[in-house]
Parts: sequence; structure tokens; C-alpha cells
Amino acid sequence: MERIPILKLGSFLLVTIQVDMHDQLALALQDDLTDRIVRDRARGVLIDISALDVVDSFIGRMLGNIATMARILDAETVVVGMRPSVAITLVELGVSLQGIRTALNVDRGMDLLRAGIDGEIGIDDSQEG
Amino acid sequence: MTLKKVEMRLGAQADVVAVRQAARSLAVEIGLSIIEQTKIVTAASELARNTLVHGGGGTATLEIVREAPKQGLRLTFEDHGPGIPDIERAMQDGYSSGQGLGLGLGGAKRLCSEFFIISQPGAGTRVSITRWKVEGA
Repeated sequence: MERIPILKLGSFLLVTIQVDMHDQLALALQDDLTDRIVRDRARGVLIDISALDVVDSFIGRMLGNIATMARILDAETVVVGMRPSVAITLVELGVSLQGIRTALNVDRGMDLLRAGIDGEIGIDDSQEG
Repeated sequence: MTLKKVEMRLGAQADVVAVRQAARSLAVEIGLSIIEQTKIVTAASELARNTLVHGGGGTATLEIVREAPKQGLRLTFEDHGPGIPDIERAMQDGYSSGQGLGLGLGGAKRLCSEFFIISQPGAGTRVSITRWKVEGA
């Protein structure tokens, strides 16, 4: 079965969705990412959706599920690159993507993930000291 | 008046993707703006999924329609599935008989200019949406 590739970069996982996903493919990505977070001990997941010209309620739900599962597994999720027309449509559709962190592009998304990890290390240090 | 008509089968998940892509290309053909394209294609995706998942499959009919002086894209989804016993309730956000967010019908209605639904329990459901091109947009 076809799969969306997941790349590992340091302690982060990167996904660029470049195909018009059918629902089963979206569910497979959700499962694969959850697996890889644990296997690769990832601290962050960055999902680039700049190539998607449509995000419907199913894909919206998948993004929410990934963010929730990642959080439970101690990883942050950032969704980047949403097109303005997609954002407008999602709001009218009624999908608010609550609990999902977003950034305008990959660079800013990576900054967010790094800042998240640095912040946590700071807290850990103070607890140990 | 129908200027162009495309009929497609909805029997598998890949067909939902195909309907999205066909709707997109017709939306481009009549010159809908990017935002209007995105709205009608997203609505098409929600309704095509409904036909497949809740209706057990069916058909999608994509039409370029003209009611002078306006032109638009009309999408009709039809199945012979179990039907919707309470349409008013099914239109409400949060109502879902499946595993979705329950935004399909109500959400699709908000994304188009005209929305028409007819359903008979035991006989099937037909949903038709139209997005008119906003002149000058």
C-alpha cells in the first residue's frame, strides 16, 4: 500500500503531504507517525500541508488526532504551510483545529519545535537543581 | 441550462479523490476564484464521502450550469442507501452517525450558494449543491 514518507531530522519527524490523500492513506499516516514517535524517540512532529489545496473535515480530524496522540507520547506537533483559501474554508466548514499548533512555513515551524524543547530542558534543569 | 455534464461512480475511497479533482477542474474552467474553488471542492469531498460511507456508494454528477446571466458549478450526489430519517438533525453540526466530526452536511451547506437535499428512509439520498460564480471576483 502507498504511504506518506516520514523523515527523521535530529529529534524531529518531518512529513510533507504532497498527494491528494484518500481517507485510508490519511489513517495510515496517523498510525505510522504514532509508531515512529515511539521508535525514534521523537520530541516533535512537523507536518507541511503547503501542497494541499483541500483540507476537509476528515483530514482536519486526522491532524487533530496526530497532535493529540503525539502530545500523549510527549511530542509536540506543528502544522505548517496552510494556504489562505484552505484556512478560510476550514473556518466556514466549522473545523477549528483546536489544540493544533500552526506556523506559516517550515522555518518558523522548526523554530517553534526547537523553542519547545529548549523550554522543557530549562524546566528539567531547574527541577533537578 | 446544463453546459457540461460529467457523471462519476462513487464506489471506493479513490473515487472521492477523483470527484474532488474533477470538481476542481470544472471550477477552474468556469473561472471561480481560488477561495470559491476551495470551498466547492471541500464541500464535494464531504458529500462524496457521505455517499460512499453512509449511502454505501452511489454516483456524483458534476455540471456546469447557466441561468443567464450567471454561471455556476452544480454537484449532485445520489445513493440508494438507508436514507436519512431526520434531515434537520443530520444537518446540525456535531451530529454524526459515522466516525467523522459530524460537520459534513451542515458544513457543505455553508460552503455553497444553494443546497438541496432529499432523502427517503430505505430508498436513498440525493444532495445537490451549486456554487454560482460571483461576477467580478
